[in-house]
Amino acid sequence: MAGYIRRAWAFCALLLVALLVNAARVQIVQSGSYDANPANRRPTIARYHQPRGDILVGGEPVTGSTDTREQLRYERTYRDGPLYAPVTGFSSQMYGTTLLEDAEDGVLSGSDPMLTPFPLWNDVTRGPSPGGDVVTTLDKNAQRAAYQALAGRKGAVAAIEPATGRVLALVSTPSYDPAALSGNSEATASAWERLNHDPEKPMLNRAVRQTYPPGSTFKVVTAAAALDAGVVRDLDARTDSPDPYRLPGTTTRLTNEGDGCRDTSVRDAFEWSCNTVFAKLGVDVGVAGMSATAEAFGFNDNRLRIPFSVSPSTFDTHVDRAQLALSSIGQYNTRATPLQMAMVAAAVANGGRLRTPYLVERTVRQGGETLTGDGVRPDRQVMRPSTAVRLRELMTDVVREGTGANAAIRGATVGGKTGTAQHGLGNSGVPYAWFVSWAQADADLEPKVAVAVVVEDASADRGEISGGGDAAPIAKNVMRAVLGL
Amino acid sequence: MTKAGTVTAAQASAPAVRLRRRRGIELALIVLAVLLSVYGYCAVGLARTGTVPPGAAGYGAGLGVLALLAHGAVRLRAPYGDPLPLPIGVLLNGLGLVLIYRLDLETPGERAAPTQLVWSTLGVGLFIIVVLLLRDHRVLQRYSYVCVVAALVLLLLPILFPAVNGARIWIRIAGFSIQPSEFAKVLLAVFFAAYLAANRNALAYTGRRLWRMQFPTGRVLGPIVTIWLLSVGVLVLERDLGTSLLYFGLFVVLLYVATGRTGWIAVGLVLATLGAVAVGHLEPHVGGRIQDWLHPFATIEAGLGPNQLSQSLFAFAAGGVLGTGLGLGHSILIGFATKSDFILATAGEELGLAGLAAIFLLYALLVERGYRAGLALREPFGRLLAVGLASILALQVFVIAGGVTGLIPLTGMAMPFLAQGGSSVVTNWAIVALLIRVSDSARRQYDGREAP
Repeated sequence: MAGYIRRAWAFCALLLVALLVNAARVQIVQSGSYDANPANRRPTIARYHQPRGDILVGGEPVTGSTDTREQLRYERTYRDGPLYAPVTGFSSQMYGTTLLEDAEDGVLSGSDPMLTPFPLWNDVTRGPSPGGDVVTTLDKNAQRAAYQALAGRKGAVAAIEPATGRVLALVSTPSYDPAALSGNSEATASAWERLNHDPEKPMLNRAVRQTYPPGSTFKVVTAAAALDAGVVRDLDARTDSPDPYRLPGTTTRLTNEGDGCRDTSVRDAFEWSCNTVFAKLGVDVGVAGMSATAEAFGFNDNRLRIPFSVSPSTFDTHVDRAQLALSSIGQYNTRATPLQMAMVAAAVANGGRLRTPYLVERTVRQGGETLTGDGVRPDRQVMRPSTAVRLRELMTDVVREGTGANAAIRGATVGGKTGTAQHGLGNSGVPYAWFVSWAQADADLEPKVAVAVVVEDASADRGEISGGGDAAPIAKNVMRAVLGL
Repeated sequence: MTKAGTVTAAQASAPAVRLRRRRGIELALIVLAVLLSVYGYCAVGLARTGTVPPGAAGYGAGLGVLALLAHGAVRLRAPYGDPLPLPIGVLLNGLGLVLIYRLDLETPGERAAPTQLVWSTLGVGLFIIVVLLLRDHRVLQRYSYVCVVAALVLLLLPILFPAVNGARIWIRIAGFSIQPSEFAKVLLAVFFAAYLAANRNALAYTGRRLWRMQFPTGRVLGPIVTIWLLSVGVLVLERDLGTSLLYFGLFVVLLYVATGRTGWIAVGLVLATLGAVAVGHLEPHVGGRIQDWLHPFATIEAGLGPNQLSQSLFAFAAGGVLGTGLGLGHSILIGFATKSDFILATAGEELGLAGLAAIFLLYALLVERGYRAGLALREPFGRLLAVGLASILALQVFVIAGGVTGLIPLTGMAMPFLAQGGSSVVTNWAIVALLIRVSDSARRQYDGREAP
């Protein structure tokens, strides 16, 4: 019997070996594919197991984390959620992340390899690093001033520091509180439903994700192209421009809101926003010159990240002369985000050099040690410095004695350009009110802020709607907040 | 003269070969097992709350006292018993309590560890009673028919009670759930051992030859086949495939060891395959298990989310080689039966392949000690009993561990000592008690004295 017992034992030993081999298969060979299975909740649980790093504005966090003690443990909280929503985006357990929460997710969630003291550290400690913080470039006062000045109207504000490209304010209204989307409860789902079906589109980031026809504010670009191309040499010389202006190759006649635009100088045409003069200037410069200048300002660039993506502003490069004429006054297919128009103003203010805008000053480890600094952002010469000087002159005139008088600030030099963009079928929609500007306090050596404001439903009557009336006061408030005046 | 004198002296006073009793080793290993369990308990608390759990001292003291009482009984009545089974039982039971306590933290409304501790106490109590009262395992041979009748009664009882989660294997009395088939397996092992010991020659050498197989006469084979069919029939009625498989495997192993005829294994495998195919087709409950085994992620692909088996595989995979650490895994995602059938997934996730291999080796060691005792004994009943008890453990571990790791189709069974389940813990302590009793007898044979 002993031999049979030994064989039976050998059989049991075989079963044990089978178990061990199979366990090794599951735990070593196939563990990677099991871990990566989308139905495996462990990565999600790990992600929410520690508080998320914070997004800082002016040294103070505008985000936070609350311990729910549930399986997905830490939920995102927001301070002044609607105010900063166009910057932070949301971090939702059900609907993912957007904007900075998304672009800096690696640092905030702690999964970024930069956060580890040395490679493979997390494999040893079996956990992610504590989340790092994201320090933004936002100016708290400018952000709040813009939000309050919009006063619930539909619109957006983008403000940049011209010399560096730091984004000082990014506001979109109406806004929403991202905290409503943080959790994974019924309330979260219904908030998601409500926000997505709201006709006012509160989750749309109008400052960087919505393009508008820039209207007359685009004349800054056209003027730059004309000056750089040598089409205009003397700002005060009479131009050879009819009023009304028949679009080349068509019978369509382009008119102006006001009188006195026929053959007027570029200076006066800019000051009083003569469509006919600038439409003709654009045609005189030509498609190549206009496209080159527009693209130098950042139009048609779909690679811009601040660090989240910015909708590309467009300047159509395949147009006939009539379309070019309309494009040159910010109509036809010309569309721009408020951030893009702030970049236009910033380039003028900064002597023709455009700094790529950015929103994240640096990321820091828990405890303050810097992970990534701002470094040197690329910049490019958009126009000749002399052109920039003359454009500053033109823009200053607009505020001093033209359509932009509402933006004037005591104790500062302000340059601006108004715009009233037609849109809708047969231009039937209520026009968009635009204002782009920059400001330099008398005590400063250089302009400290460039702002673009768009108000979508400027609700006064159609005839009264103007960038100067609706948008300029908002820009003024933002500039005053930045300059401290 | 001297030579004769020595022999005389030896015969008169002491055994010719003085066997070491090795009780000191047993005690040391028990202390180690208790310390390891308490360490695990503290590790869970430290991982979850950052503090040593308040019950740590009480838990350690309770487990320690139980283990020491059992050790005392062994010293008293089975001094030559194998020193390994008791510490292995203590360690596995202690680890099981730690795992259940750890899972209790995830289910605040449903605390299983205190109940399991009560059952463990009862189990160790039964261990002590068996070691103290059962002076000689051969006594059991006399009661083999009592055993089989009792086993069948226990198997039939749950039919009178409502089914729980698809299986009709539970008796519920005064809030306690008892799974009588757990106790029945020990009684059946006793019966099989006694019957085969008595009839093994008849089974092996009589009967007619058919093709190349020797078939025993109906008179010899009749009772055993009848009882086997009865028990299997009852189990199919109760839809407890795991236990059915266990009984069948036990039966085949003992038949092989008793008769030495490989043909029995062939017949057994054929019957098992036929039975599995038939039951798989007839029983949707069982058929579903087989489909799950073949396609563990089918429910995920169908958009219905992961099933228990895929959750279990995720848990094992998450553990990797070294595990996440006690208290730091998420095996609770398995949901239903995490503390019972799927307890091994928690071990696999939190202790890793290393911990899992250690647990498997502890079981293997326990089984090996049973087989070793069987080999050492001289009489067939004891041999078959030891082999049978060890095989129960081996088969049960294989069936459940193979099931939760996707090696074989999943069948609901309790991992010996580890899993939540009172009947199971009590039964396993009885098995360890019998193994110690048998090993004591085996070693006494050489002690110059007759086994009592």
